[in-house]
Amino acid sequence: MLEFERDPWRVESLRVTRVTRETEDTFTIELDAKPRAGFVFQPGQFNMLYAFGVGESAISIAGSADEPERLVHTVRAVGAVTNALAKAKQGERIGVRGPFGHGFPIAEARGKDLLLIAGGIGLAPLRPVILYAIQHRPEFRSVTLIYGARSPKDLLYPRELLSWASRLRLETTVDRAEDDWFGHTGVVTKFIEGALQNPESTVAMMCGPEVMMRFAARELTTLGVPEKSIFVSTERNMKCGVGLCGHCQLGPFLLCRDGPTFSYDRIGPLLSIREL
Amino acid sequence: MQVESLSRALAEHPFVAGLGEPEVSFLAGCTKNQRFGAGEYLFKEGSPADTLFLLRDGRVALESHVPGRGNVKLETLAAGDLLGWSALFDPHSFHLDGRALEATLTFAVDARCLREKMQSDTAFGYALTRRLLYHVHRRLERARLQQLDVYRAGL
Ligand SMILES: Cc1cc2nc3c(=O)[nH]c(=O)nc-3n(C[C@H](O)[C@H](O)[C@H](O)COP(=O)(O)OP(=O)(O)OC[C@H]3O[C@@H](n4cnc5c(N)ncnc54)[C@H](O)[C@@H]3O)c2cc1C
Ligand code: FES
Repeated sequence: MLEFERDPWRVESLRVTRVTRETEDTFTIELDAKPRAGFVFQPGQFNMLYAFGVGESAISIAGSADEPERLVHTVRAVGAVTNALAKAKQGERIGVRGPFGHGFPIAEARGKDLLLIAGGIGLAPLRPVILYAIQHRPEFRSVTLIYGARSPKDLLYPRELLSWASRLRLETTVDRAEDDWFGHTGVVTKFIEGALQNPESTVAMMCGPEVMMRFAARELTTLGVPEKSIFVSTERNMKCGVGLCGHCQLGPFLLCRDGPTFSYDRIGPLLSIREL
Repeated sequence: MQVESLSRALAEHPFVAGLGEPEVSFLAGCTKNQRFGAGEYLFKEGSPADTLFLLRDGRVALESHVPGRGNVKLETLAAGDLLGWSALFDPHSFHLDGRALEATLTFAVDARCLREKMQSDTAFGYALTRRLLYHVHRRLERARLQQLDVYRAGL
């Protein structure tokens, strides 16, 4: 369907086909998009998910763009809407509006080193990029994912991480660990230098807490990655999702309409502005 | 001959790279290769700190024992890193445990030899202090980000 034909307020009700618990507070919901002939999206775009009777939240699409019949979201239960979504059962319906926003500019990374940096639930918005990069691996000179989580039990998609490790360069690290963890402990920035082979022809895409992204962007630019080659997904609070309510304004941008992904030369200076 | 090949290998470690030939040879004179098996301790909290380790290969966890939680890992370090800074400062005793997570190869620098040289040759002392400060600065930056516990608060 063409963009201008779509009514951005129309909530479609889609059936839950599977719910997978990822961690104590995070789960993945799969929706059946077959009845509406698939759900086409760009990696990095988001939907407004509606828990009927409770409200709506912006949630990134976390599935493969090559499988439009399955619409996948990974949700961390933090408040009213996300807790209601967490209770969704197979066969029940939830409301969907979208897809909204601009995705990650994957085409810019073709022929270059693609460096993905994810923190916490920020792995979900990057998952479609990862799946694309695995599926279309020869398009990139190299593909690296640096993924940080709070502790080993907070790692998302643990089984997939194992399979990704053999298909791209993967550094998984946690902030806190005890005796039973033999992987890396420490923050994602520790792995950036080792991941950069050609800083000036690297394209970095990041999603995670803003503080993490600010530290990582500083490390990347210090090591020679141009700010215009660093893309971040800004996920501040949103309401309408379509550039009408002004809730997500940051400087000259409406994050839902102009973002949520931005190159760092455009958004970097604004990221030190506090939550609106 | 052995010292020469040690010198060459040492000169490539990021902590040493760029130092002049006389400085590298001096360092090599204070240094030996030391291997650790997986699970073996490079040092333990409270033990005398007499060695500065430059990691060549493998991985080492810096840990602290917390009653009720066991060994809490603070950071894992790998090739190119250095650890055992306590060996350069009074009271020369380790504050943390350093444990190899896998087979690990290090340059083990005799800290007394290094301290004496740094004291008597101020140009050498300055060059090494700057390098050490760079590592401390980087680790402090990482420790700050880790301390912010950013994944707890949400996205
Ligand atoms: C473009 C975009 C994509 C997103 N993608 C995902 C995703 O894939 N998975 C996911 O779990 N969440 C995602 N979020 C965050 C999600 O929208 C919020 O967590 C959700 O709206 C909270 O609603 P609630 O009613 O459950 O909680 P509320 O009761 O509204 O809030 C609970 C707590 O969460 C905080 N919070 C609310 N919204 C955000 C936010 N955007 N960022 C940080 N903290 C927030 C509040 O300040 C409050 O402390 C995304 C947000 C945006 C803007
Ligand atoms: S959320 Fe309404 S303008 Fe962006």
